[in-house]
Amino acid sequence: MRAFTYERAGSPQEAAAKAKRTPGAKFIAGGTNLLDLMKLEIESPQHLIDVNGLGLDRIERTADGGLRIGALVRNTALAADLNVRRDYGVLSRALLAGASGQLRNKATTAGNLLQRTRCPYFYDTNQPCNKRSPGSGCSAIGGVTRQLGVVGVSDACIATHPSDMAVAMRALDAKVDTVNAEGKSRSIPISELHRLPFSSPHIDTTLASGEFITSVTLPKPVGGKQIYRKVRDRASYAFALVSVAAIVRPDGGGRFTVGGVAPKPWRVEKAEAELGKGPKAFVNALLADAKPTKDNAFKIALVERTVAAVMNEARQK
Amino acid sequence: MQNPEFNFSRRDVLAGSAASAVVAITPGAQAQTGNPAPNVASRPIPVAFDVNGKAVHLDLDTRTTLLDALREHLHLTGTKKGCDHGQCGACTVLVNGVRINSCLTLAVMHENDRITTIEGLGTPESLHPMQAAFIKHDGFQCGYCTPGQICSAVAVLDEIKAGIPSHVSADILADFKPTNEEMRERMSGNICRCGAYSNIADAMAEVAESST
Repeated sequence: MRAFTYERAGSPQEAAAKAKRTPGAKFIAGGTNLLDLMKLEIESPQHLIDVNGLGLDRIERTADGGLRIGALVRNTALAADLNVRRDYGVLSRALLAGASGQLRNKATTAGNLLQRTRCPYFYDTNQPCNKRSPGSGCSAIGGVTRQLGVVGVSDACIATHPSDMAVAMRALDAKVDTVNAEGKSRSIPISELHRLPFSSPHIDTTLASGEFITSVTLPKPVGGKQIYRKVRDRASYAFALVSVAAIVRPDGGGRFTVGGVAPKPWRVEKAEAELGKGPKAFVNALLADAKPTKDNAFKIALVERTVAAVMNEARQK
Repeated sequence: MQNPEFNFSRRDVLAGSAASAVVAITPGAQAQTGNPAPNVASRPIPVAFDVNGKAVHLDLDTRTTLLDALREHLHLTGTKKGCDHGQCGACTVLVNGVRINSCLTLAVMHENDRITTIEGLGTPESLHPMQAAFIKHDGFQCGYCTPGQICSAVAVLDEIKAGIPSHVSADILADFKPTNEEMRERMSGNICRCGAYSNIADAMAEVAESST
């Protein structure tokens, strides 16, 4: 691990300002992804700003009946929160389907959103990777691609976003609340937080330099049957090949977001108009722009079958 | 067990080689790598926490993980380093009663925290009930993953009692029971290459039953 200096932040705005003016600075919260990457020297921050002491660890009702989740609420605490379990079951389920008990105890809400891809070529520092080393090329294209993205990908990168939590938050239309170095706050729809790779896959999100996530806000509960279904190579402690977060209305319509297939949680609102025609019509619209490889084309069929399974479960529940 | 003519243990030899390895990584040696480190002074900084009921003050390089602080600085070698990447669970300890991977957290992030390692759960003279149950049910073979398994197992039963749901809980609004399926899912962050999983689940079931 490369040497770095360390400080504990005093306030979110101070952390944002410090991060913007200090070259090579990064925030550290749970650290479960960042420290792993620092050991491999995929990340080598020169300065770490520890934000764990900022008290952003509460889950509160908002004035309009939604829920504000502090950026530092741990994944376990969020999954176990009674309001989340009752009103946003798809979020609890997604969190519980991810990582291990130890990691969920440490990982935070904001850190989960900002975790980096698990593309094996991003992790292998002996091989070119545009996300790790801009302009070096993509080893995944033409390589082993079974786990990688089929939609929203580019000629420069076919990595996926690994989060389960974010897939559920996309179905719930969450907003990501931030403060910047100048102390200005804004609220970003989660659909706009993660960016597509295009020719610059090293930039994962639309956050500005130093911009700090303070909370994630869920709108008031929408009702419907909430289901998270994850398909993976092991029954536990594995990333998704494909996952589906769904909120299904009694008429069979609703919101369906897919994970494991794209650089961000993949939801196309227009495609949801096709839900009444069955899983095939919906997935044809959802993945209309898909560019799978020979080895991951199976994900298209897997998405369709997982969506069908979720629709069945919703009918029986 | 030890032959008096060779009055050192395998652990001494391993600890000795680990110490030499640490000495070899000097700032000079780092500067010789092809990709020079940014010009960052890595001054030790002070950190104070509680380990197994004892107050501890250390001056640590910022890079020191909690795991390395426990093993290399405090010589509490019960906590094991397996993968060092949060995948195997051998390094599991309790921080303020909550299980985490000690390899994926920096020691300096634990100012004022209360840390419990396997050495703090029980002693050979006075075993923790989970330690006794692991012995009774043969919950290990080589034993390397065992301290992490036991710390995790103790915390899993607490998590079930505290009403934390799991991926296999049929109803996330109901009370959760320490069933075999629940314990297997909740223990998935602890790998055992010897494959003692069934016996570990049996040990946990016995402790769960005796504490209800």
